[in-house]
Amino acid sequence: MKAQASAEQKTAVKTGADLLVEALIGQSVDTLFGYPGGAVLPIYDAIYRAEGSFDHVLPRHEQGAIHAAEGYARVSGRAGVVIGTSGPGATNLVTGIADAMMDSIPLVIFTGQVAKGVIGTDAFQESDIMGITTPITKHNYQVQNIEDLPRIVNEAFHIATTGRPGPVVVDIPKDISSTVFEKDLNKEFHLPGYQPTTKPNPMQINKLHEALLAAKKPVVLAGSGVIHAKASEELRTFVRNYELPVTSTLLGLGSYPGSDRLSLGMAGMHGTYAANMALYECDLLINFGSRFDDRLTGNLKHFAPHAKVAHIDIDPAEIGKNVETHIPIVSDAKAALTSLNEKAVQNLDHQDWMMKAEKNKQDFPLWHDQPDADIVPQWLLQKVYEYTKGEAVVTTDVGQHQMWAAQYYQFDQPNRWVTSGGLGTMGYGFPAAIGAQLADRKSTCVAVVGDGGFQMTLQELSVLQERRLPVKVLIVNNQALGMVRQWQEKFYSGRYSESIMDVQPDFVKLAESYQVPGYKIETQGQLEDVLPEILSNDQPALIDCRVLQKENVYPMIAPGKGIHEMIGVKR
Amino acid sequence: MKRIVTATVHNRSGVLNRVTGLLAKRQFNIESISVGRTETEGVSKMTFVVEVEDERKLEQLTKQLNKQIDVLKVSDITDKAIVARELAMVKVISNPQIRNEIQSIIEPFRASIIDVSKESVTVQVTGKSDKVDALIDLLRPYGIKESARTGLTAFTRGHQPQVAEFKSYSLLK
Repeated sequence: MKAQASAEQKTAVKTGADLLVEALIGQSVDTLFGYPGGAVLPIYDAIYRAEGSFDHVLPRHEQGAIHAAEGYARVSGRAGVVIGTSGPGATNLVTGIADAMMDSIPLVIFTGQVAKGVIGTDAFQESDIMGITTPITKHNYQVQNIEDLPRIVNEAFHIATTGRPGPVVVDIPKDISSTVFEKDLNKEFHLPGYQPTTKPNPMQINKLHEALLAAKKPVVLAGSGVIHAKASEELRTFVRNYELPVTSTLLGLGSYPGSDRLSLGMAGMHGTYAANMALYECDLLINFGSRFDDRLTGNLKHFAPHAKVAHIDIDPAEIGKNVETHIPIVSDAKAALTSLNEKAVQNLDHQDWMMKAEKNKQDFPLWHDQPDADIVPQWLLQKVYEYTKGEAVVTTDVGQHQMWAAQYYQFDQPNRWVTSGGLGTMGYGFPAAIGAQLADRKSTCVAVVGDGGFQMTLQELSVLQERRLPVKVLIVNNQALGMVRQWQEKFYSGRYSESIMDVQPDFVKLAESYQVPGYKIETQGQLEDVLPEILSNDQPALIDCRVLQKENVYPMIAPGKGIHEMIGVKR
Repeated sequence: MKRIVTATVHNRSGVLNRVTGLLAKRQFNIESISVGRTETEGVSKMTFVVEVEDERKLEQLTKQLNKQIDVLKVSDITDKAIVARELAMVKVISNPQIRNEIQSIIEPFRASIIDVSKESVTVQVTGKSDKVDALIDLLRPYGIKESARTGLTAFTRGHQPQVAEFKSYSLLK
């Protein structure tokens, strides 16, 4: 009898780490991206004992873990979950946290911390991760009492995934995760200081509707808020009801079909002429979920100077931050679009405007040189688009290749485009593709990366080796930090200071050392021969595609210039 | 323009750092800040005096503060009917001969001497910031050894005049 009771007691004994695992299961988490270490040993022990509950992805650097989690979150629409140990484990996550903050990616990041008793004593592997991450998280917690742990985990997921999504850090001291605890704990929470407004004010919707009916030159700007709100369908209905031209931000690509006749393409620094001129000349700008980033607006003096601006955003602080707004609507994009779509549809008096937009689209398309055999990156991206039928998940780093991918890969669906927009993080694309592939096993995942950026996180080839994940790493290899080189060419009289990287590893051999098939491609013919097969098989691949070094991204708005002052519009 | 902004916050560890860090990150200039507990357990009140360029900057400030999860309510009370006070302590060089003189200077301010030594007296004054400024100016010729101010704390009066009638009296517009 006694033995039985003690056995029962034994199974009921839980540590703080077990509570964490239970809470994660309660949040339906099935994939973890993490790296073990001293301060998270109890957590990793609990994960080990909860065998089968999670697919734990072990990258080779914490930065790889968090970018993979970002890719996972972007494609799945769920929170990415990251675990890192204290000190360097946590600080290695910082770039990814800042990246997720800028691009509103929902992440919950658990960091180990030294035991409570030694916090503040410069203990081994101690870092003040609360202090470090406060400005770059939506919120952060340090667990002080084990009783609070389940509630905090639930709060963290709630905060990360609702309202404007973002990263939440939960710092767990080692003694909390290893403490044995048996009571049932309160998991309910109430956050009086966090009540996002998700439904639009009907008066404001009326105002926008009236402004729309009166407009002669309306344009829609679709930002990533549309994607976060899963409002692409509603946006399509709205745009087609009124026949409106649509431009998109970099992160909003895919929120409205890029190949649709009403789409003018991406706006901004390297946007299309038609999109930028529509933003410049419009008399009504309807912004759904874009934050008017400086790379979109150019010089604010010349941004939509004649327009009435309507801004729909779930984050009230974005409205009026950069651009004066006449019709502010604090709302989830889906709710706002749904309300708008309930209004009576009328034909607008805007034929001239539509013809002008269409003419700009026809007269000033994207252009590039086309050599006989050498590969230009623009052509390369067009081929990737063609071979994947526009259905692949495409991830990128930051720079020239990112802009070419944005220009030439026409995203017709949301959640296919995974890129580091706000922070502009080199080394993002490849690990993000790993996470994206894990979130969507069926789609082809192409990591379009630069030769510079890839060398920042290439150690994650180990994950492809280990899991045989069919991620296709496409190195757009111009042996340079292309965007830096382009700016040096244009604005620093061609002084290529530290931007040429012609000493490189043999990428094919590198891939092969990780048992990933590697290909080196130098001509258009080679590419046409091998790329279709590589993109359609179920194996990982690394393609070292040599492209012309001196290609520049055009068209372009030079820094400080207005959105209508584009250069390189025509050959 | 100078604005008085109050925020009620959850009294959790790090909340002051969150708020001041946010203001620093967004390049707002804090002139003074005071923090203390309120009538509700676990809730503190912060009063900031900030210097902002224009209305839009001010709107950003209140919106960014509101976004903080531990911030419960933010109000710009500058244009409201308010009571605002700060406390200052000023250590003035003084020998016994001029102590009476100082006493007579501070009296109209309803300030008091709270410490006396051979070479100095310490004056405590409470009131609006401009009153405190005025007294410090008057004491300066005697030689100020040390002074410390708490920063302004403020809240709205029990009765608020109607917004319309009030606006015309605002000195700020």
